[in-house]
Amino acid sequence: MGFLDQEFSDSNILITKSEDLLNWARLSSLWQLSFGLACCAIEMMATSASHYDFDRFGVIPRPSPRQADVILISGTVTLKMATRIKRLYEQMPDPKYIISMGSCANCGGPYWEHGYHVLKGIDRVIPVDVYVPGCPPRPEALLEGLLKLQEKIRNERMRKTA
Amino acid sequence: MSFEEILEKLKNKFPNYKFEVDNELPVEPFIIVNPLEINEVGKYLRDDEELLFDSLMNLSGVDDNNANKIKDEEGNVKLEGRTLSVYYHLHSMKLNHKIALKVSAPIEKPEIESVESVWKAADWHEREAYDMFGIIFLNHPNLIRILMPYDWEEGSYPLRKDFETPEFYNGMKIPY
Repeated sequence: MGFLDQEFSDSNILITKSEDLLNWARLSSLWQLSFGLACCAIEMMATSASHYDFDRFGVIPRPSPRQADVILISGTVTLKMATRIKRLYEQMPDPKYIISMGSCANCGGPYWEHGYHVLKGIDRVIPVDVYVPGCPPRPEALLEGLLKLQEKIRNERMRKTA
Repeated sequence: MSFEEILEKLKNKFPNYKFEVDNELPVEPFIIVNPLEINEVGKYLRDDEELLFDSLMNLSGVDDNNANKIKDEEGNVKLEGRTLSVYYHLHSMKLNHKIALKVSAPIEKPEIESVESVWKAADWHEREAYDMFGIIFLNHPNLIRILMPYDWEEGSYPLRKDFETPEFYNGMKIPY
């Protein structure tokens, strides 16, 4: 954790860096914009359900972009949908993160050559933090992706670097 | 009713219309109807006591890609005679019999009478055929794109054989 194993100087008082505290708080409560696109969405739902239990990492589906921290692009992004995804992303408050789930969202997947209607990778429209490969990825892979995102948030710095 | 009986009934009902039959293909035979008469033929097929085709199971567009090369006097090669087709698969829930119809129209002017007024299911099917092939359904109440974005390039129909993927859509690069 990097936080709870810090030294106690008095009972009931923890000493830590404010950055670590804020990062820890943020990474432990990533509200996910509930948004599913294709077969990956089924795996995403399975990850949220009791077997894999996304909730133990503080991930709750939130049906409003204004109260979400992370958007999971779970499936094939058509050109028609890409416009909508961009708008949803812009409606989310900072800090916001994106997990691109599955081959379609990563690079177009099986539609890479003849998919006249498919965006070949969501990173052509919005910036991606974590790519999860697979077609579709198993829930374990998505959990691994979330852990990678948590790792990224844990190492974020809010101070101005000299 | 069998295919031949249905065809006979149609010929008796519409003596002025031309009905052709294609049974060369290894699929069920189908009746070829004039594109501007399909509406009336459909209405008869739906309402006649012995036919009662109350269900339009499927309506699909096809690019036949059947252009013939024609040389004119100066030796220039021209492509002519390419058609777009629509297939109708009908089923009668009450009498449990089926029939397939086909209409074709030249690609330069692919106009086909809408059957939306006969079977409501045709509404979105016809919009799809318009979206993918550019087939114009006359008297359709709302003939706009259904799958592609509404602002997709005018005259660009993805399932036509000569379709080429555009480079960009709204600033997004499409090719891999």
